[in-house]
Amino acid sequence: MNLIDPTPLPEFLPPRNPEPQQIVLRADNITKVFPGTLALDKVTFNVYGGKVNVLVGENGAGKSTLMKILAGAEQPTSGRILLDGKEIRLRTPLDATRHGIGIIYQELNLCPNLSVMDNIFLAREIRKQGVIDKKSERETVINLMKRLEHSIDPDALVSDLRIGQQQIIEIAKALTQEVRVLIMDEPTSALSAAEVEVLFRVIEELKFQGVSIVYISHKLEELLQIGDFITVLRDGHVVAHEPIADIDVPWIIEQMVGRSLASVFSHEDHKSGDTLLRVENLTLPRKGGGYLLNHISFDLRAGEILGFYGLMGAGRSDMADCLAGRRPEASGQIYLCGQELKGNSVSERLAAGIVLIPEDRQRDGLIPPLSVDHNMLLASLQKYVNKVFLLRKSEEKAVLDMIRDLSIRVASPTQPITSLSGGNQQKVVFAKGLLTEPKVLLLDEPTRGIDVGAKSEIFEIVNRLAKQGYGIIFISSELKEIMAISDRIIVMSKGLITGEFSRDEATEEKLVSASFIGHSLNDTKNGNNHHK
Amino acid sequence: MNTAKVSSAQHPRRIGRTDILQFILYGRAFIALILVVLIFSILSPQFLSTQNMVIMSKHVAQNALLAIGMTFVILTAGIDLSVGSIVGLTAMIAGGLINEGIRLDFLGAVVYPHTWTIILISLMAGTLMGAINGIVITRFRVAPFIATLGMLYVARGFAGLRNNGYTFANIVGRPEFGNTGFERLGAGDFLGISYSIWIMATFALVAWLVTKRLPFGRHVYAIGGNERAAELSGVRVNPTKVAVYMISGFCSAMVGLIIASELVAAHPATGESYELNAIAAVVLGGTSLAGGRGGIGGTIIGAFVIGILGDGLVMLGVSSFWQKVIKGAVIVLAVIIDQAQARMQERIALQKQQELSSTLPNETNA
Repeated sequence: MNLIDPTPLPEFLPPRNPEPQQIVLRADNITKVFPGTLALDKVTFNVYGGKVNVLVGENGAGKSTLMKILAGAEQPTSGRILLDGKEIRLRTPLDATRHGIGIIYQELNLCPNLSVMDNIFLAREIRKQGVIDKKSERETVINLMKRLEHSIDPDALVSDLRIGQQQIIEIAKALTQEVRVLIMDEPTSALSAAEVEVLFRVIEELKFQGVSIVYISHKLEELLQIGDFITVLRDGHVVAHEPIADIDVPWIIEQMVGRSLASVFSHEDHKSGDTLLRVENLTLPRKGGGYLLNHISFDLRAGEILGFYGLMGAGRSDMADCLAGRRPEASGQIYLCGQELKGNSVSERLAAGIVLIPEDRQRDGLIPPLSVDHNMLLASLQKYVNKVFLLRKSEEKAVLDMIRDLSIRVASPTQPITSLSGGNQQKVVFAKGLLTEPKVLLLDEPTRGIDVGAKSEIFEIVNRLAKQGYGIIFISSELKEIMAISDRIIVMSKGLITGEFSRDEATEEKLVSASFIGHSLNDTKNGNNHHK
Repeated sequence: MNTAKVSSAQHPRRIGRTDILQFILYGRAFIALILVVLIFSILSPQFLSTQNMVIMSKHVAQNALLAIGMTFVILTAGIDLSVGSIVGLTAMIAGGLINEGIRLDFLGAVVYPHTWTIILISLMAGTLMGAINGIVITRFRVAPFIATLGMLYVARGFAGLRNNGYTFANIVGRPEFGNTGFERLGAGDFLGISYSIWIMATFALVAWLVTKRLPFGRHVYAIGGNERAAELSGVRVNPTKVAVYMISGFCSAMVGLIIASELVAAHPATGESYELNAIAAVVLGGTSLAGGRGGIGGTIIGAFVIGILGDGLVMLGVSSFWQKVIKGAVIVLAVIIDQAQARMQERIALQKQQELSSTLPNETNA
């Protein structure tokens, strides 16, 4: 599938493990085809009993798909799932639960309108003569919270909890089930360092009880600390499988990224022009005090690709939303070509020449019932109007030109947008933005959830647009990607700009440490005095 | 575009079973309409008589007008339950203006507006009620179901209050006041076809053009398909939403005028439960209640099917209870078929896309 990497991908390797391990759960030769993409290609994944089995890979490598198949939420196109050597069929998540496979999803799956207790026992309520036994439910939750070293009221509403606390509730929920295999998809993404330590102690406890853990995370140091075995996925293939004891962080990165990195993330030199956009004191208050954006100032030149790096919740997307006019409550000055922008609605910003390619394509980018061409034209309809009516000819021409320029692969412009692959859908969203003839493009995680081939095409497009003189803000959480494409990188943390590096200055270490400024984890190392 | 041309050239026309099935599913509403007409004309000899046709088309016209407005609302994923009540209230407003005029107490005089002015005032009143619906929904974030349910009661209440629950009878105006001729709206005809049908045809044509050829129409579809994405594409979501409820109110007012004129009387209960017939016509015509899918063409056919089904069953002497059972079953069946068609179309689109990627083996290597 991935033709960029000239070397053939290595076959699945059996673990070089001195002591024989008991395989509890085995995904055997799993293939999963989605329209337009091959998500998993003959993947075999072993879960060893009483061990932490780590699964890593880049976004879009197929981790989540594999987990969903093991949890019964997706069906494989071909391949088998073996539990204790016997084939089982997981048609629904309930089937998986019955077989003792539990999962903690990355996206929180809690009902915000119910209490902590109701969520933990949802669909598995403790019953006494058919009536929910609140008393013993409450006791169980209190004991669980003690074990997790958290003091969360069992009767509190989930919507009132912090994200980190909600994550703890997800974990508690999984612990009330009698699981043999527990899948954890990025369980620490919203936890503080102290909470991570507690979670790791719980994991050790579970291992001791014989529970097998499947652990997915992007935090590589964390994996080395907790994992026993590691499996690396790349573009739907298993590329490596080793005991954790034998490997280190550089090895993981090399396996994850492969050698195709340079060719995927190409950078083309281009000249930057005059200052196009100047942002001064952009401020966005947080509900209930504090700031999502705390007096942000920066500028952007014509033809420049300005990278924005930071952790989740650092304020990068909020910044893009403010510039695009989605947050009318924001304050501060924005100058485009020297003129201060007055209006703060999306349509006024679009008219001024600022367009946002949103982070969440499904939620904010696409209109699912509409066809490819109607999606593409939506933002620029006024251009194709003769006094009253839309002109079909000029609409069609604009669409066909874009399909050609961005090499969007469609059978017909009138086919439903939902039938395209993620990469082609993203290109349609790009086309929609470009048809408004903007000056500044805000790209919020533009390569999320698309395959490597489409990623490199998006990179080519971004490079080309920069050459044509567009000012481009490129937001990404992937270090390699942002370092490869940006002319300049701004790092944000907790609503503040905590670092700014030119292309030559930027190193992974500098970016990462700047992104942690203000977080308790690294307070001791970096100090807390970077706040303005 | 090259690719599209190439792929169609590579596959010369072969009409397979799926093509025929697709055609049947696509034109299902029209096929259903033809079937209904055929069956009734066989079963009842009077069915195709001119007199019956005139009566039936008048019934259809009223429901179709309401359904046209309703289509706009439902395309944005909203709903308007207040149309029947707006019909009643505008009928009462028009009737009251003809019979009682506008009393100007401070002058001690009564002004009788001209018939055209009365029609204009009534239409504006209906549009205003729609605007109130829209503002309550957008400004105060009330769910469309609740906001228009409120208007259903309020408008019906005012319709009763206007004349203490009594009918305005004989609303023909008086020559000395210069307000005669209101009854001609319902009774008159042009080229042998009654005005109400001309009005319906005009409304349908304009609505069709608006949905298909105006940016506003595209915005309506986009809001129903994904409001957040529409907003981010620069669509002014709230004004557009207010506008669709105003259109619905305007259509309702038109129906109120037509009914009052046909009966030459304005009764406070005029149009009761008409909202359900209008919603049924829209849904039967293939517009999704989830928004973003469907259109005016389907709605018109839906209105015809519902109208003809109702009148035809009456002519056959089917009991009113069975009429309801049949109508309900037809509506649900139509939606079931609709879902099947949507799934099938999705499958066909996916197939085409896969054929395309197999003709381009270097999909990921571009």
